[in-house]
Amino acid sequence: MSFFQKLKEKFSGDTGNQQEAQPEKYKEGLSKTRGSFSSKINDLVARYRKVDEDFFEDLEEILISADVGVTAVMDLIDDLKMEVKRRNIKDSGEMKEVISEKLVDIYYGDKDEEPEKLQLHEDGLSVILFVGVNGVGKTTTIGKMAHQLKQEGKKVILAAGDTFRAGAIEQLEVWGERAGVDVIKHNAGSDPAAVVFDGIQAARSRGADVLLCDTAGRLQNKVNLMNELAKVKKVISREVPNGPQEVLLVLDATTGQNAMSQAKTFSEATDVSGIVLTKLDGTAKGGIVLAIRNELQIPVKYVGLGEKVTDLQAFDAHAFVYGLFADMLEEETS
Amino acid sequence: MAFEGLAERLQGTIQRIKGKGKVTEQDVKEMTREVRLALLEADVNFKVVKDFVKRIKERAVGQEVMESLTPGQQVIKVVKDELTELMGGEQSKIAVADRPPTVIMMVGLQGAGKTTTTGKLANLLRKKYNRNPLLVAADVYRPAAINQLETLGKQLNMPVFSLGTEANPVDIANQAIEQAKAEHQDYVIIDTAGRLHVDNDLMDELEQIKSNVNPDEIFLVVDAMTGQDAVNVAESFNEQLDVTGVVLTKLDGDTRGGAALSIKAVTDKPIKFAGMGEKLDELEAFHPERMASRILGMGDVLSLIEKAQDTVDQNKAKELEEKMRSASFTFDDFLEQMGQVRNMGPLEDLIGMLPGANKMKGLKNVQFDEKQLSHVEAIIQSMTKQERQDPGVMNASRKKRIAKGAGRSVSEVNRLLKQFEEMKKMMKQMTNMQKGKKGKGMKFPFM
Repeated sequence: MSFFQKLKEKFSGDTGNQQEAQPEKYKEGLSKTRGSFSSKINDLVARYRKVDEDFFEDLEEILISADVGVTAVMDLIDDLKMEVKRRNIKDSGEMKEVISEKLVDIYYGDKDEEPEKLQLHEDGLSVILFVGVNGVGKTTTIGKMAHQLKQEGKKVILAAGDTFRAGAIEQLEVWGERAGVDVIKHNAGSDPAAVVFDGIQAARSRGADVLLCDTAGRLQNKVNLMNELAKVKKVISREVPNGPQEVLLVLDATTGQNAMSQAKTFSEATDVSGIVLTKLDGTAKGGIVLAIRNELQIPVKYVGLGEKVTDLQAFDAHAFVYGLFADMLEEETS
Repeated sequence: MAFEGLAERLQGTIQRIKGKGKVTEQDVKEMTREVRLALLEADVNFKVVKDFVKRIKERAVGQEVMESLTPGQQVIKVVKDELTELMGGEQSKIAVADRPPTVIMMVGLQGAGKTTTTGKLANLLRKKYNRNPLLVAADVYRPAAINQLETLGKQLNMPVFSLGTEANPVDIANQAIEQAKAEHQDYVIIDTAGRLHVDNDLMDELEQIKSNVNPDEIFLVVDAMTGQDAVNVAESFNEQLDVTGVVLTKLDGDTRGGAALSIKAVTDKPIKFAGMGEKLDELEAFHPERMASRILGMGDVLSLIEKAQDTVDQNKAKELEEKMRSASFTFDDFLEQMGQVRNMGPLEDLIGMLPGANKMKGLKNVQFDEKQLSHVEAIIQSMTKQERQDPGVMNASRKKRIAKGAGRSVSEVNRLLKQFEEMKKMMKQMTNMQKGKKGKGMKFPFM
């Protein structure tokens, strides 16, 4: 029996019926693997007899197929191989520490293993700016977050800063209605910085706690559009002390290596403080966020696990890394 | 972008091979490794890469590469050939139903760009094919999706069919076709809601629409930035719906777009169009060949190589190279070379195709004036044989005669002579660099 088949057995015992719909299963995984990830990795490795080329090849493929990125994977594998040599590891039993260390290390580096929360003002207005390329789910994420923040008892206002895409303002309005929060808007085609400015004024006068600013999706290689975004951010910085409190880059989990370029360029323009990784309920893994965190120190703060309002959840690195392997476990036994 | 193109990746290996004169299997192995990495970095699915590299290896260890004088370029050529073959020919035709209306269904994941593409496609149909399309808003799930399509319809001044968000998408599609028939509209483009390929309920809904309206085309809309998951998405949609073509969106970004290759490999369906911008007229026919170059991250060096192969006489090129090395390069050779290069097309384009060309000192920001080239030709042609072979004999009266013959000024003749000497010096440097171990010497394919 192969390594992964065994691994799957190990996992399936904990994650329940594998026939369940994907999102359910993933969430199941998310909630159940928290805290026990390391022990599972330990078991995983323990069941593999020899640490040989096959082992590393399998590992490499899992990680590459999860979009972790070729360079990051190669580095990781090289690291692991070195460790194996250095510690003279022959049987897989000793391998377990190394592999669990390294995997979560890519993400956390030398930082504390604490999930990163939104940095909001305790009292006074906090502004969150949402940025990203087209079609990643900015507006949807704002809708969900508005709902959640309101549930927490905060007064939320939305600014319809996507004045470009057809129907974007209406889309945000629908979300505003659903969440029961006000939406500040201008006509389509107007200056997004002006919308955001008005949003701030309205948020102030209405005593709001949080202002969520939508922006039009833009490809990061369009210099003019990136400048426009920088201007929006400047307006917020000028109007709100220490604002914006968060600049969240929304990334589509199905995106491949281009996500790195997105993270870099959007950071240059707006100083991104966190990532929202959307569409994780599909088969895509979004592994590139490991490399992004590693290279640019941008943490993932939220993940989108489905269409429901409650499907926007705080990011959990352990659960995420487990998710990278989930498919492999299934494939082996099917 | 931090990614290296295949050409740069292969540089190291090529440099080493040059010194050896013979390519070993180990060298080929190393080169195919670089090919693999380049493709993976471009987001081509790892399984697709595996198969692909296997085929490359087979061809590469054969005569083609190992016995070639320029193994590095040969590998690139083999890769490009295989890649282009895999990508298939250019196909941007849209089906026409025997009895109108022709029905097109747009399907794909959320955020791929279906609605925008629907608008662009309608625009293209009207502009290029003089058709009269009806847009159908069948996305009843995403907030304001109908609104978005209606706005696009207004911008295009085209009718949009919708029944609001309470209606069943199958009914919407059925009724839209009835209306199109009544209004004599010859195309119906159905914009469906984005959905995950693993969402069985919603995938069933698409099947139902399909079996009801019998579409002539089902276009799978895919984001060009998609990573490894592209194979899963394309496979599922294709299995359930038997799509007829693919539209790749957001190709105006800086992604390598390896997803294109993955999709083609797993579905064997043609990629027909590419979204190249946010405006409604920015939908273009998909060029497999250009995509191949893009995936390999090599500018258009491949078409440059091909152009060179087509236009340059290989024997003469060898002779020329010898001459450059020995610095016995004459005005005759210069003229010859100029002619060959000019045969390949506008000079600026050629320079632009060279990776790293803009980093070269002599070439940076050079504006090439084609007229000036003609002047240069005229000046050289006004020289005697002796002058061309040995510019050293040049004196004031000779220069005057040449200037008169070419219809240019003496100072221009002087400038050319000076440039020629400088060029010779530069060539010497370049050949020296190539001999050196790690120099960044560039090997022009036509040298």
